[in-house]
Amino acid sequence: MTIKQTKKLANKQENTQKEATPTTTVGPPLWLLAELTYDCPLHCPYCSNPTELGDTEKELTTQEWCQVFTQAREMGAVQLGFSGGEPLLRKDLEVLVKHARELGFYTNLITSGIGLTEKRIAKLKVAGLDHIQISFQGADPEVNDAIAGRGNAYQQKFNMAKSVKAQGYPMVLNFVISKQNIAQIPEIMRLSCELEADYVELATAQYYGWAYTNRDHLLPSKEQLVESERLVNEFRDQQQGKGPHFIFVTPDYFETRPKACMNGWGTTFLTVTPDGSALPCHSAKMLPLTFPNVKDKSVSDIWQQDFSFDYFRGDDWMPQPCKGCDEKEKDFGGCRCQAYMMTGDMHKTDPVCSKSEDHHLIQQAIESATNPSKAIEKRINHTANKHGKDSSLNITRVKV
Amino acid sequence: MITSTTTPSLNAMFRLQWEKAQNCFVLLFPEGMVKLNGSAGEIMQLIDGEKTVQQITETLQNKFPEGGDLSNDVNEFITTAIEKKWLYNDH
Repeated sequence: MTIKQTKKLANKQENTQKEATPTTTVGPPLWLLAELTYDCPLHCPYCSNPTELGDTEKELTTQEWCQVFTQAREMGAVQLGFSGGEPLLRKDLEVLVKHARELGFYTNLITSGIGLTEKRIAKLKVAGLDHIQISFQGADPEVNDAIAGRGNAYQQKFNMAKSVKAQGYPMVLNFVISKQNIAQIPEIMRLSCELEADYVELATAQYYGWAYTNRDHLLPSKEQLVESERLVNEFRDQQQGKGPHFIFVTPDYFETRPKACMNGWGTTFLTVTPDGSALPCHSAKMLPLTFPNVKDKSVSDIWQQDFSFDYFRGDDWMPQPCKGCDEKEKDFGGCRCQAYMMTGDMHKTDPVCSKSEDHHLIQQAIESATNPSKAIEKRINHTANKHGKDSSLNITRVKV
Repeated sequence: MITSTTTPSLNAMFRLQWEKAQNCFVLLFPEGMVKLNGSAGEIMQLIDGEKTVQQITETLQNKFPEGGDLSNDVNEFITTAIEKKWLYNDH
C-alpha cells in the first residue's frame, strides 16, 4: 500500500457549513485504516510497509477486528480502509466488511487486485463493500509486472478492474509514480479511461519503508515531474468534464514546505496494524515511542488518553523554526517519521521545509537519486503462513 | 440548467447518511466525506430520482411554512450539487 491514502480524507473534505465546531476535546478518528495483514503477493520496491514487519503470526482475529470497528464507529469514525499487505488474503474479509457496513462505515478495499475473482467481487458487494481501489504499477504488462515482481499481475488487475466496474462499484485506480514508470503517464491516463475509473491517483512515491531504502531508484527528477504535470494538465483540458478525475500528487521532496502529515498527529487518522498496534499513521511504528495495542486498550482510551497519541498534538512539542512560524497551523511541522528517518530526531522540523537546518539532506537525496550507488531491494514477504491455516489462530489464507 | 420538472437523483458514487458525531448529514464517497449544512441535508433527503424539483420545493415549503419562498434556495443547491456531480440531472 501507499502512504498518501491516509492523507486524503482531509484533502477531499469540503465543508459547506461555516459553523464553529467545539474545540474542547480531541475530535473523532474519522479515518480508520485496518491493515489486516502484511502478507502480500507482490514485491513492489516503493512499498511503504515497514521493512521490519515484526511478528506476522500474531494477526488480530475476526472478533478482535470487529470489536475495533465497533469501538471506532462509536467514537465517530466513518471511513474505513481495508488495507495491508494484501487484505484479500484474509478469508474473513467478507465478514469484516459486513460488520463494518452494518455499523455505518463507508468501506474501502485497497487492493493489488491479486487474489480477486468475479465471484469474490460479488460476495463483497453482498457484504456491503462500498468501493474498491486497485493499484497498478504500470500501463502495460512489461513495466507493471517488472515493478510488481510477479508475472501476469497486469492482466489480472486489468480483468478485475473491468469486473469491478461491471459490478457497479465506484473504482479508484492508484498508480504509484516513480522513475520506473513516470515515462508512461500518457499511457496510464489512456488505460484509466479504458477501464472507466472514477478517480485516478497519480501519486509519486513517498519515501517510507521499502521506498526509503530504494529512494535512489524511485525519486524522479524535477524535470520529469514538471513534464508529467504538464501532460496531466493537458489531458484534463481535453476531457471536458468527462472520464476519470485525475489527482496528481507531487513528492514533497520538491516542495519548500512540508505536507500537513496525517492532517496533524492524532487528529483524524488511526491505523491499526496486523498485530493490533494502534498508530497515528502507518509509518509511526519506527519512532522511538511506545504505541498501544487494541488487545490491551479500547480505541477510545487509545485515542483520548494514550501518551503516544497525545505526544505530537498541538504545538507545545515544536522546536524552532516551527514554534515561531506563522505556517505551523497549516503543516503542523510536517512529518514526524520523515524528521526521524533523515535527522535521527523525531521532534525536528521536517527537512522538506526550506527553513529547516536539515534541508540540505533533501537536496542531497535529490542529487543522489541521479546516480544510484546500490542495487534495488525488493521487499521480502513471509510466506510461511500464506496458504492453509494459521497455526495459532482461526485465520484461513486464500490461495493466490 | 434545471427546471421545475427536473428530477434529480443521487450519483451512485455517493452515500447520504446522518452522522451523529458530526451532527449533520454527510455525503460519503471513496475515502472522503462532505458535510452538509442543515438546508442541504433537508433537500438531499428528498432526492430519490422520482420527485421533481417542484415537488421537493413544495414538500419543504409545507415542512417549513415560516421559511418564505424556498424555490431559489432549492434551485441554487440542486444546481450546485449537479455541478459537483453529487446529483444526476434526469429529465
